[in-house]
Amino acid sequence: MSELATNLRVVAALGRRSVRQTFRRPQLMAPIVVFPTLLLAVQTGGAGAAVNLPGFPPVQSFLQFMLAGAMMQSLMLAANSGGIALAVDIEMGFTDRLFAAPISRYAVVMGRLAGTAALGVASALWFLTIGLIFGAEIAGGVPGALVAIGLTAAATVAIGGLGASVALRTGQASIVQGMFPLIFVILFLSTAFFPDGLMVEPAQTIARYNPLSFVVEGIREPIVAGLDGTDVLDAVLAIAGIAAFSLLLSARALRHRLRVGG
Amino acid sequence: MRAIVVEGLERAFDEVLAVQGVDLEVEEGEIYGFLGPNGAGKTTTVRMLTTLLLPTGGSATVAGHDVVREARAVRASIGVALQEAALDPLMTGRELIRLQATLQGIPSAEGKRRADELLERVDLVEAADRRVGEYSGGMQRRLDLAAALVHRPRVLFLDEPTTGLDPVSRKTIWEEVRELNDDGTTVFLTTQYLEEADQLADNVAIIDRGRLVAEGTPESLKAEIGNPHIQLQLEEGSIAKAEEVCAAIGKLMPPKDGRTLLLEVERGAADIPRVVRALDEAGIGVAALELVQPTLDDVFVTKTGHHLEPDEEERGEEEPAPA
Repeated sequence: MSELATNLRVVAALGRRSVRQTFRRPQLMAPIVVFPTLLLAVQTGGAGAAVNLPGFPPVQSFLQFMLAGAMMQSLMLAANSGGIALAVDIEMGFTDRLFAAPISRYAVVMGRLAGTAALGVASALWFLTIGLIFGAEIAGGVPGALVAIGLTAAATVAIGGLGASVALRTGQASIVQGMFPLIFVILFLSTAFFPDGLMVEPAQTIARYNPLSFVVEGIREPIVAGLDGTDVLDAVLAIAGIAAFSLLLSARALRHRLRVGG
Repeated sequence: MRAIVVEGLERAFDEVLAVQGVDLEVEEGEIYGFLGPNGAGKTTTVRMLTTLLLPTGGSATVAGHDVVREARAVRASIGVALQEAALDPLMTGRELIRLQATLQGIPSAEGKRRADELLERVDLVEAADRRVGEYSGGMQRRLDLAAALVHRPRVLFLDEPTTGLDPVSRKTIWEEVRELNDDGTTVFLTTQYLEEADQLADNVAIIDRGRLVAEGTPESLKAEIGNPHIQLQLEEGSIAKAEEVCAAIGKLMPPKDGRTLLLEVERGAADIPRVVRALDEAGIGVAALELVQPTLDDVFVTKTGHHLEPDEEERGEEEPAPA
């Protein structure tokens, strides 16, 4: 078996382990599915009339608008959970087992991110299904849904890289967990839950340039408007940028960990 | 042929030298015992030899490969069961061994076959599909050992494989290690248990405060010490006076505690009446007396000036934390 094939098998095996781990520990599922679903229900039920505000973009319903936000929240929490799980692996010495194997050590990190991506896909499917059940339309049809799911998966890997880098650098689950409030701040300062045109300063400017806004608008476009392409392209570029940054940080953190042998 | 060759190996954590100039050679097919107390540098040495930690000085080859320049070739040749069985409590035993097979590049069908074979070997067939978190300490160690064997490694590193286990589980692991060695596997075994090193190892190295203080077969090391000693358990408060009396008969060894006196004697059992008489004449009560032939602890005491006392509560080595 070639080295590449072995490493790909390892990434797949570690990805499967990561998904199984999440399903076997219900408390890991809660932030990915339960919290965003509850927030979606509360916001849709309580602020549904927001669509009638002057300046609100044309959408079929507030639920349709909110789906991308819920998917974004879920993927960010999945990414953070992936970082926490990696840190737990480091704390309990499980990564030593992996690092002592004749594989690329980057495959260990990629395996974790592969599992995180799979959870991102699962959460995207969950929210699209909920949307359809409660009457939201997917303007882009099946191709639009697939694009939204694909972007969600890619964004989960890109943002998961940040959690992984903190896990590798610190080796402490509590520190990765400490990023939880930060995720909400960054998320609420994006267009995930509200259009930037209706925000007040300085939130409006921050949301306009927040990379997450580009990602969320790319996921939203196929749902609310169909496959126009502009926002999707911006999202792809934003995800690529975040991925380049986060994977570079992860690679540096991994090299540091291997050097100090933690 | 030598399975492990270590020359001047060093590892510093900031200002602290955890391992200092260690030299050792392990022949292929032997069990090499690496004995030392907590914090002596055993785990740091093993981590360097298994490529999990870069040395800051010296060199080492394992299975003929340099641990720094040919790290991946080293990893393909070794099996590793690190201290405190690093297992995922959410995985089942079978899943763990199959994952280990994948990590070693073993095709899926072959990995499944070896997992079945190894689970049977370590007597975990019935527990194979239960989560590892439900296993006892002994079962976890056996599973860890099985996982380390999945690719039939030439050299097996066992870092304190029996620490914290009950005597029965400990004996089971010993039997397994002996069987593996009979099959030709070289075993590098770190331990803080004297009996374990004595029972299992063909050769023993003693490490203390990062330095190798003795190396040889258990018999040769004990023979170096030479004389047996009398272990005297005294009545409360009489040890200082007893030391004064006994010093005239033999050589006092560092005391174990406030009530036990260790006296090295030249003639063994023949010296016992003399000691008893002297203590009796001095009015010192003896609660118990035993003639002890030289042990690895005596070797340890002679070489380091203090006893090797494993602490069951202490699970990990107190080595400097990496930055």
